[in-house]
Amino acid sequence: MEKTPFFHALKIDEDTCIGCSHCMKICPTEALRVRDGKAVLMPDRCIDCGNCFKVCPTRSIYIEQDDFEDIFNYPVRVALIPAVFFGQFPNDITVSRIYGILKDLGFTHVLETESSIPVYTAAKNKYAAENPDIRPLISTFCPAIVRLIQVKFPGLSENLIPLRAPLDISAMYIRRKIKEEMELKDDQIGIFYITPCAAKIAAVKSPVGEEKSLVDGVINMDSLYNRVYHEIKKQGHGYKEQKLPVSQLSADGVLTSLTNGERRLSSAHHSYSIDEIHNVIEFLEKVENEEIEDVDFLELRACDQSCPGGILTCDNRFLICERVFGRARKIADRERKGEQTKDHELQEESNYLMRHMKVGEIKPRSMLVLDDNIAVALEKMKKIDEYRARLPQTDCGICGAPTCDALARDIVCEDAELTDCVFIQRNLEARGNMDVQESLKIMEVIWGKAKMNDYVKNK
Amino acid sequence: MHLEYQVYEADFVNAGAASSAIKKTLKQLNVSPQIIKRVVVALYEAEVNAIAHAYGGTIYADIEPDKITLKVVDTGPGIPDIDWAMQEGNSTASPEVRNMGFGAGMGLPNIQKNVDKLNVTSTVGVGTTVEMEVNFV
Repeated sequence: MEKTPFFHALKIDEDTCIGCSHCMKICPTEALRVRDGKAVLMPDRCIDCGNCFKVCPTRSIYIEQDDFEDIFNYPVRVALIPAVFFGQFPNDITVSRIYGILKDLGFTHVLETESSIPVYTAAKNKYAAENPDIRPLISTFCPAIVRLIQVKFPGLSENLIPLRAPLDISAMYIRRKIKEEMELKDDQIGIFYITPCAAKIAAVKSPVGEEKSLVDGVINMDSLYNRVYHEIKKQGHGYKEQKLPVSQLSADGVLTSLTNGERRLSSAHHSYSIDEIHNVIEFLEKVENEEIEDVDFLELRACDQSCPGGILTCDNRFLICERVFGRARKIADRERKGEQTKDHELQEESNYLMRHMKVGEIKPRSMLVLDDNIAVALEKMKKIDEYRARLPQTDCGICGAPTCDALARDIVCEDAELTDCVFIQRNLEARGNMDVQESLKIMEVIWGKAKMNDYVKNK
Repeated sequence: MHLEYQVYEADFVNAGAASSAIKKTLKQLNVSPQIIKRVVVALYEAEVNAIAHAYGGTIYADIEPDKITLKVVDTGPGIPDIDWAMQEGNSTASPEVRNMGFGAGMGLPNIQKNVDKLNVTSTVGVGTTVEMEVNFV
């Protein structure tokens, strides 16, 4: 099992966190607790899905990114952009106009991540044909899903397709192409990925099954959106754009960022595409039990509506979907009329890329294991059951853990006390075994001094 | 560690509940995923058998550091010829049950494939007991 810690892109700002516990309640892997009035992240459990980011009322959960000015450390500066970026802008702002603005902002090259979809699809179908015994095959397109399977469904780790994601393939391609064309060294080319979510950052900074990242930096999609929109406003209404050559992204490529986009290209007979993390968890439970038979391929995405639902996108996800879909439809039209070739930019390099497609083994890293020794784990489990039976099963969260079950587990793992439960406290008080000062002290340890004092002061 | 679950006749909606619960337990005990898979597949088959072919029953699970022992005790019609039922494709399932995708005659053979020890005892008109054991190492 993998032991090295996860890199996490999601961080908590302790200065602004008010310890409201909204994040703790929504986390699908129970990776958050409240201690001393602040949210605390358990790094082994977090999968960077970003649900906590969405519900934080004080924006105290933030996503670390590289400084935009870092791009100027490189003579050649590539923006690697997912197609969903262009779906954030109204239809009258064309893709080529945005390409122009990206160049004005300092990028020398722009490549859409999905340019590598034809190579990626070919490699996936080849892997499926060569490994007929591994079913269902699970797409590794969404890095939050890869981590979810590692921590919560370790038994399905071997079902993950051990191939580079489109983002990495595109990065590999553009680096090689620029190096050859411009006769440059590796460190003269800076490839910056514009990310729609936290999971992709984590994947870029500490890639699963890879030794080194293929990307030099990450810029959050919302911050680039602001920069681009600012330029659009400066250009004003009467702006006449010069037509810039746009990369020849195929309709298939554009659609891959949406739910079902990958599944429709798969050679599998029986496949499902499932989005939103809770839906995925529900389905994987059944797959793991082999309750669902004859499944060949699973396209799983952590966000509702896939990447348009990413936490760093800047418009309603359904509007983004419609725009991305509309763009794909136009491209498909041009492809049908022969105005745009279905051949893709990466074709010339596809032999090279196909040879460099494999990543190392994706190892399980279960968050559930109580102890490496089964006998010890069994003992702990018995204790957990005992504590669970004494807890009220209301999952109120006042103890600083998301559920009564989580508290029982935390107690056994020596990270909490049974008296953290407010029901237990009241009971002890009623029997004269605890005084109010004592239970207030416990609350203070969980929810912080300031919070408790403020309530007293207000009275 | 001892666990018990009830299953009820024709309650297909809840088929798999016991195997899911036991899976969750085994995952926390650091039992290898391959072994968990075998336990879950075998138990799910036995669970469905009690739901589809009998009038319900009780599942008993005992987890020890080196193995899990499972016992599925149903009240039901019983199996007249166990050796016959152990062969792939043989089933006494009614057409209704077959229509639901169960009763292909793969149940007992599939259990056999996934466990280290299997013992089936049955009395016609009373019920069937399926005892299974899976070693952790």
